[in-house]
Amino acid sequence: MSASLATQLVNLFASLLLLIAFAMLAQRRVLSLIHLFAWQGAVLALNTALVAFVTHQHHLYYSALLTLILKVILLPWILHRLIDKLNVRWDVETLVNIPTTMLIGVGLVIIGFNVAMPISHLSETVTRGTLGIALASVLLSFMMLITRRKAVPQVIGFLAMENGLFFAATSATYGMPLVVELGVALDVLVGTFIFGIFTFHLREAFDSLDIEHIEKLKER
Amino acid sequence: MNAAIAIQLGQAVLVVLLAPLFAGWVNQCRAWLQNRRGPGMLQPYRVLRKLFHKDAVLAHRASFLFRATPYIRFGCMVLAAYIIPTLASGLPISPAADVIALVGIFALGRVFMALAAMDIGTAFGTMGARREMLVAFLAEPALLMVFFTPALISQSTSLSTIVHTLAYQPFVIHPGLAFAAIAFLMVLLAENARLPIDNPATHLELTMIHEALVLEYSARHLALMDWASNLKLLAYATMGLALFAPWGIARTIDGPSLWLALACLPVKLAVAGAALALLETLSAKLRIFRAPEFLAMAFLLAVLGLLTHVLLEGAA
Repeated sequence: MSASLATQLVNLFASLLLLIAFAMLAQRRVLSLIHLFAWQGAVLALNTALVAFVTHQHHLYYSALLTLILKVILLPWILHRLIDKLNVRWDVETLVNIPTTMLIGVGLVIIGFNVAMPISHLSETVTRGTLGIALASVLLSFMMLITRRKAVPQVIGFLAMENGLFFAATSATYGMPLVVELGVALDVLVGTFIFGIFTFHLREAFDSLDIEHIEKLKER
Repeated sequence: MNAAIAIQLGQAVLVVLLAPLFAGWVNQCRAWLQNRRGPGMLQPYRVLRKLFHKDAVLAHRASFLFRATPYIRFGCMVLAAYIIPTLASGLPISPAADVIALVGIFALGRVFMALAAMDIGTAFGTMGARREMLVAFLAEPALLMVFFTPALISQSTSLSTIVHTLAYQPFVIHPGLAFAAIAFLMVLLAENARLPIDNPATHLELTMIHEALVLEYSARHLALMDWASNLKLLAYATMGLALFAPWGIARTIDGPSLWLALACLPVKLAVAGAALALLETLSAKLRIFRAPEFLAMAFLLAVLGLLTHVLLEGAA
């Protein structure tokens, strides 16, 4: 495979990631959010495998496999079980003013691109152009964390942010050492479990999954 | 030169004659998807023939504007059919207008339609005109932004040059174009009164947009308005195909490439029409107040396409 075609494919996957990040920002349904998250993981795994193939970095194959198992199969499955148990499968969140959110999102993308531009000029990797997109998708997931009020979408926002960071690592330095990646993967998995338990307690305490209720816990 | 002019004329006539067939094909596909038999693909032609044979009824207060609008709108769409490269790029009339002017031509037809609907002074006409303009003023910037990405790629705003560049360059994946394609699809649905924004089959007064505008028209005026709408749908479809799937459009004006273009066009249009029908069957109509959100999404996708193009390919 020629280098230019590989670069183009990497760019295509990067754009897909950005598109999915935006779709998540605007998605109201919890179920669709989980599907989008799984798709994002799939694109990420494909991209990592492609980079591994082009650059002959064998450890990247393992991280692609890890991404596939963890983010496409395991985490969505856990999330599906979570929303089943919480009985929020068909929940629709009332998001205020999606166009404004999206406009801010575009602003974040521009910021991400601008910040990444000088860094990617220094880099020599095939994936240098995509660093801006990786940064932008991290920022977008961050934005999603801020704008969502229900617990489950916030969890998904957190996981999507990790996806963005992983993509940034792949595009900037061909991935982190495998030990670090394994550690992060385990952290994310454990984090999801803790979030699951947390949402159950949230519902038991307040009979709702609205994060705002936590503010009542303040001591007066 | 004479051959070029002949092909230009032939392309325009073909598009004008084909437009009702394309609309009929979309409706037929929709009917099949809904487990109905459907009226057949030729139904729009039958409707047009019926309407042309009737006597026109005009409202008492109708001014000159009301009578002139069908001809103006139809003329705009025919002009668009001349400019959009359907069969071949680089035809004699195509330098007359670039994509920005093309958006203007569509806007001209729409403004006159809205004015004519208000001219009569009925409640529905005014309401329809307002809604149409609400959708239009959001769709237009999105459409312009969609055009800017391919214009940046080919360094030109002339539709003919854009198509030429996209169809005959060595194969390159443009991620920005993918964003633009999705945005274009959304604009197409909104501008042609298709399902998520407006239901083309509705006659329920409170939900309709496009139908409310042409409510007072009859006979040949209505026929021209309908035909213009069909032409607009086909113009958008061919525009989308020319920008995002330009393979097969003739570059030089000679026999084989023209025949290839003539063979490719119906296949591409049939697939596009079936896809459109499928999309419409799968989606539910949005509330009118959700329409700005839908179109804001289209606009932002188009902007994103532009940004990704600048980031990923502009610097390189």
